[in-house]
Amino acid sequence: MATSVAEAGTARPVRTRFANVLFWRLVSIALVLGAWEIAGRIPVSFAFPPFSATFAAFVGIILDGTLPAAYLTTLQPLATGLVVSAVFGVMFGVLMGLSRTAEWALAPVFIVMQAAPMAALIPLVTFVYGIGLTAKVLAVCLLAAPVIVLNTYKAVRTVSPSLLDMCRSFLGTPLQQVTKVILPAAGPVIFAGLRLGVAAGFIGIVLAELLITPTGIGDIITYSSSIADYPTMYATIASLIVFAGVTVSILQQVETRFVRPEKRA
Amino acid sequence: MTQRLARPPRLTLAATTDAPNIVEVRRISKSYGNQIEALRDVSLAFPRGRLTTLLGPSGCGKTTLLKIIAGLIPADAGDVYVNGRVVTGPGPERAFVFQDFALLPWANVLRNVAFGLELRGMAKDEREALAAKYIRDVGLAGFEKRYPHELSGGMKQRVGLARALAVNADVILMDEPFSAVDEQTRRKFQEDLLQLLAVERKTVIFVTHSIEEAAYLSDQIVLLTRRPGTVAKVLEPRIDRSHGPEAVRRDPAYLDAVEEIWAMLKQYLA
Amino acid sequence: MRILGYRLPMPAALLLWGALWEIAGRLELVPILPPLSDVLIAMGQLVHTGQFWAGARTTLASFATGMGLAIAIGIPLGMLMGRIAMADRLLGMWVNLFASAPLTALVPVLMILFGLGSTTVVVTVTLFAVWIIALDTAAGMKHVNPSLLEMVRSFGASRWVIYGRILPLAALPEILAGIRLGLIRGVKGVVIGQLLVSIVGFGELFELYSRNFLMPEFWALTLFIFAFALVASEAIGWIEHRIEAYASSRS
Repeated sequence: MATSVAEAGTARPVRTRFANVLFWRLVSIALVLGAWEIAGRIPVSFAFPPFSATFAAFVGIILDGTLPAAYLTTLQPLATGLVVSAVFGVMFGVLMGLSRTAEWALAPVFIVMQAAPMAALIPLVTFVYGIGLTAKVLAVCLLAAPVIVLNTYKAVRTVSPSLLDMCRSFLGTPLQQVTKVILPAAGPVIFAGLRLGVAAGFIGIVLAELLITPTGIGDIITYSSSIADYPTMYATIASLIVFAGVTVSILQQVETRFVRPEKRA
Repeated sequence: MTQRLARPPRLTLAATTDAPNIVEVRRISKSYGNQIEALRDVSLAFPRGRLTTLLGPSGCGKTTLLKIIAGLIPADAGDVYVNGRVVTGPGPERAFVFQDFALLPWANVLRNVAFGLELRGMAKDEREALAAKYIRDVGLAGFEKRYPHELSGGMKQRVGLARALAVNADVILMDEPFSAVDEQTRRKFQEDLLQLLAVERKTVIFVTHSIEEAAYLSDQIVLLTRRPGTVAKVLEPRIDRSHGPEAVRRDPAYLDAVEEIWAMLKQYLA
Repeated sequence: MRILGYRLPMPAALLLWGALWEIAGRLELVPILPPLSDVLIAMGQLVHTGQFWAGARTTLASFATGMGLAIAIGIPLGMLMGRIAMADRLLGMWVNLFASAPLTALVPVLMILFGLGSTTVVVTVTLFAVWIIALDTAAGMKHVNPSLLEMVRSFGASRWVIYGRILPLAALPEILAGIRLGLIRGVKGVVIGQLLVSIVGFGELFELYSRNFLMPEFWALTLFIFAFALVASEAIGWIEHRIEAYASSRS
């Protein structure tokens, strides 16, 4: 009764495909940076430095330690806020997924929080928690938590009913049902929610640093803008956008490679 | 019609394991909401060590009946007895094989087959040794470390069957196990299933909508009517299986059974 | 949730939270949280002020212009990426990057480039919304049934007709989904833009209320914006739902 393996993966060498992707990435980067350079040299605006000047400023603030120090300052409330959001978000989401009552009471609140511009509340945070670390952590949580909660909740709710039946018919206890079926099945979507939460958390921390008090990255942006040091300002902003993009795409790689065995070929 | 219990005795037989009927269904009714009546007053008996198919037009409640026997959904009225005891939920003497396989996508074949044992708290080495045996029995030796997405539909269902065999239940409940599998694989699987059952001595309750499948596999065939499902007829085709699986399909008893079932079912098609 | 046999719909839970808010406000648990009734009164008063309507007009105008630009740029960009592999290779990385990047950080740059006015807010809205619209449109283009295109070509449709009419209609479900997500981001963009610029539209009012600690007014304005965000996204959701039938028959 030997049966053949369904699909043994595509034979196309992974390395060529990877080199191809890398090549087009580089071309794409070169084109965009080239356009930036030309636009800066025309210049389209007195406040639009070419890429070369921006890059020089970037190297400058790295070498004198300003940028690394700023990142350390910024990442502290970001990481704290994300951990808090992840822990409570997944807890609330699982609770809402398992209990109809919790779903009824909490889901509308988080749906509103997800669709509404929570940024409007950030100025309020300052009144209660001052201008310190707590306020910034809270700003991150306000933006990151709703998407984490809602993804977790949807993930738990959409676990295949036949897997739940299977667990019950093989005499799984309710606890086993949660730990051995629901959580692993919901895992990938929960992780995707965490990734979206990280992206939202970045927005939260930037807003907090621009609106509450300029510290870290926000401080460099505000200060260099006020003294018209545009290359430094652009370098800082670009580094932040790239940093956030790289972080999110690393999480995405982790997701497809490790979190979903059914996706790895 | 011998097996149909028109008026079942209210006095239950003493809980004994050598009663001729391992599973008895007594006056089961089930409705979904107020509108849909799935089953009405169904009484059936399933002899020990035999394969019984529940056959009927789609929507006749055959899967509902199977899930009630499994203890996965409660009946509105009536009782199910297994080994003389009333069913109140899933139990260790029954194992279910799912139409959509219900395999854990994040677990390999070995863990999937051992999953029922894992839920019972059996030690890892012990359950994996047992699972490995059943993986060999269903013909999947060498695929222990594969994941479900790497298997064909037929192979996935073999995993589902091995999982059900591994918990050593007396009764195996199969819910249209081959409906998501192509025709050739299905035939091969049917033959393998019969060979396996000859060794394993299980009682099987098998839901299908395929007349040929029912006639080919069954010791007993229960024909259900359209919704609300009631028992239309119970057939016992006396097919000689001693000449191997291929001979069965040419056996006059098999062909007569197919004809008879078709004649019965035709009247329910509008 | 059932109480006394009656099924309570989910949004009813918001009433419960509203009641809790009222109680928390009356007990003065948190200084920034006035009782909900005060906020509702403030909402009633707010709609009678010229300030509010001036702010609403500016805000809506920025939002509508920004969204219009985002749609006008996002759909063609997405179509380009969905139909032409080269465009996808060159642009895909950047569109993906900007779709998830904290573009808030760009607002200070926009303030320098476009001045402290509505233009900056408009550009913020566009920047927030355009990428997701492009991504969803591109995804929709890749799902268009090739045999549909062959059929259209066999009837002699020109390129113009295909790109102008057939493709956008065939990918309408994804495009609408993208617009709905873009809309939610756009509302966030208009709020963030105005908060940072803080001298136009509602941003000016927010600044005024928080500076003078007028909490009922602050919350009233927030609730108006939240309500607008929800109504706008529900409206697009409703249109999406209307065309769902055709989306599923398309497969």
